Amino acid sequence: MIGLLQNIGRSSIGFLERTGRATLFFLRVLAGVPALMLQFRLVLAQLYSVGVLSVLVIVVSGLTVGMVLGLQMYNTLAKFGAASSLGPVIALALVRELGPVVAALLFAGRAGSALTAEIGLMKATEQLSGMEMMAVDPVRRIVAPRLVAGILSMPLLAAMFSAVGVLGGYLVGVGMLGVDAGAYWAQMQAAVDWRGDVINGIIKSVFFGMIVTWIAVFEGYDAVPTTEGVSRATTRTVVYASLAVLLFDFMLTALMFGDTLI
Amino acid sequence: MSAVQDDIVVIRDLSFGFGKRVIFDRCNFAFKRGKVTAIMGPSGTGKTTLLRLIGRQVAPRAGSVVVDGEDVTRLPRAELYELRKRLGMLFQNGALFTGLSVFDNVAFPLREHTRLPEAMIRDLVLLKLQAVGLRGARDMMPAQLSGGMARRVALARAIALDPMIVMYDEPFAGLDPITMGVIMKLIRMFNDSLGLTSIIVSHDVQEVSAISDYVYLISGGKVIGEGTPAELEISKSPWVRQFLHAEPDGPVAFHYPAPTLADDLLQDAT
Repeated sequence: MIGLLQNIGRSSIGFLERTGRATLFFLRVLAGVPALMLQFRLVLAQLYSVGVLSVLVIVVSGLTVGMVLGLQMYNTLAKFGAASSLGPVIALALVRELGPVVAALLFAGRAGSALTAEIGLMKATEQLSGMEMMAVDPVRRIVAPRLVAGILSMPLLAAMFSAVGVLGGYLVGVGMLGVDAGAYWAQMQAAVDWRGDVINGIIKSVFFGMIVTWIAVFEGYDAVPTTEGVSRATTRTVVYASLAVLLFDFMLTALMFGDTLI
Repeated sequence: MSAVQDDIVVIRDLSFGFGKRVIFDRCNFAFKRGKVTAIMGPSGTGKTTLLRLIGRQVAPRAGSVVVDGEDVTRLPRAELYELRKRLGMLFQNGALFTGLSVFDNVAFPLREHTRLPEAMIRDLVLLKLQAVGLRGARDMMPAQLSGGMARRVALARAIALDPMIVMYDEPFAGLDPITMGVIMKLIRMFNDSLGLTSIIVSHDVQEVSAISDYVYLISGGKVIGEGTPAELEISKSPWVRQFLHAEPDGPVAFHYPAPTLADDLLQDAT
C-alpha cells in the first residue's frame, strides 16, 4: 500500500517536474522567435520539411476519410429521406472536428516523430553541443524555426485535409450514390458558418500545431543522448502528442460549441 | 610578460561531479599560451568534462576557470558567447552537421558570426580545407566521409574563426596509423603556425607524448602527475608508471570492487 502511494507520488512529482522543464524550454524557444524574422530562410527550410513533406499523407487521408464519411452518412441520412443534407454533414464534421484532429494526429506521426528524431540525433552526435561551442544557441538556431514552422503549417494542412475530404464526400455522394450536386454544395454553403465553424476549426488547428511541435522539439532536446534514448523519445512524442490533441480537442470543443453543456 | 599572463587558461580549486559521483576534487591546471598541453587519464575520469568546463557548457561546483583573463563561471551569457567565438573545439566524432555539406560545415561559423561577402567566405573556407588537405572533398556530405576525414573537416571548422585556443577531445581515438599521423601533424602545425594554444584530451600515450609540451595525468578526481613528457617518462610514481607503460594491474586495480572470490562463490545462489 505504502509502496503504491510512493509510486504514485514519485510519478506525479516526475510528471510535474518534466512539465515544468518543458514550459521553461517553451519560453526559451519563444524568446528566440523574434530574431527569426531577420532569418526567415531558416523557417522556410523547416516549412518545407515539416509542412510540404506532410502534404501527401494529409491529402490521401483526407480523401479517404471524406469518401468513408460520404458512404456512411448517406446510408443513415437516406433512411430519413435527408440524403440531400449530405453536404453540410460532411463539411461540418470535417471543418469542426475531423480536419483539425485527424490532421494533427497524422502530423504528430509524420512530422512530430521526425522532429524528435532529428533533434535527438543531433544531440546524441554532439551537434548541438558543437553548435553551442561555436557560440550559436541551438535553441534559437535549431528549435525555434521548427516550432514556428509547425505552428504555421498545421492550420494549412488541416484546411487541406478538410477541403480534400469535402471533395471525397462529393465523389462518393454525388458521383456514386446519386445525391444532387446542387443540393450538396448549396446546403453546405448555407449550413457552414464562417465565424462559428471555419474560424473555430482554424483556431483548433493552430493550437494543435503548437502543442504537437512543442512536445516534439522538447522530447528531442530532452532525449537521453543515445540511440535507445532517441527511439524512446520518438515514441513518447507520438503518444503524448496524440493524447494531448484528443484531450485539448474536447476542451476546445466544449469552449467553442459547448452551449448545450451548460 | 609575467608568469600569470603567460597562462591562457588557469583553473583553480576546481570541484565538479554528477550527483554523488565526484569527477574533480579541488584540481588545479594551468595551460601555457602557445603550447600544446595534454590531459591524460583512464576512460571516465572526466577529461572531456574538463573541456566542457573550460567552454562553460557545464558549471563547476566550486573553483574558478579563467580563460584569457575572464572567469567563465561568472561571465554573463552574452559575454560567454563572445568568448566562445575565440575557442575552437574538435569533438571526438567530429560533430559535423549531418544536413550540411563539408563546405557549408566549415562556412557555418563564418556565416553565423561575420558579415563577410559570400566570395570571401568561399576563399576562407577553401583555404581552411586546403590546410587539412580536403579542398577536393568540399561537396561531400558528412555521411560520405571516413572517420579520419570527418575529423579533419571538423578541425577545419574549429579553426574557421581563427580562435586563440583549440580543444581536442580524443583526437586519436579509433584512427588508422596513417590518419593518426596526419592528425598529429596538423595539431602541431596549427599550434605553431597559427599561434594557437592547444589543449588535448586523450589516452593515447605515444601520440600525446610525441606532440605535447606539457602533460597532466588525472585519475579519481585528482591530478596525479604533471610535467613534460620526458619528465613523466622517468617518474617514480607507481600510478604514472602504470598508465604510461600500460600495466594491467597496479594502483588502478584490475578488479572492480567486490567481495573476495571465495566469499562470493560460497554464498547461496539466492
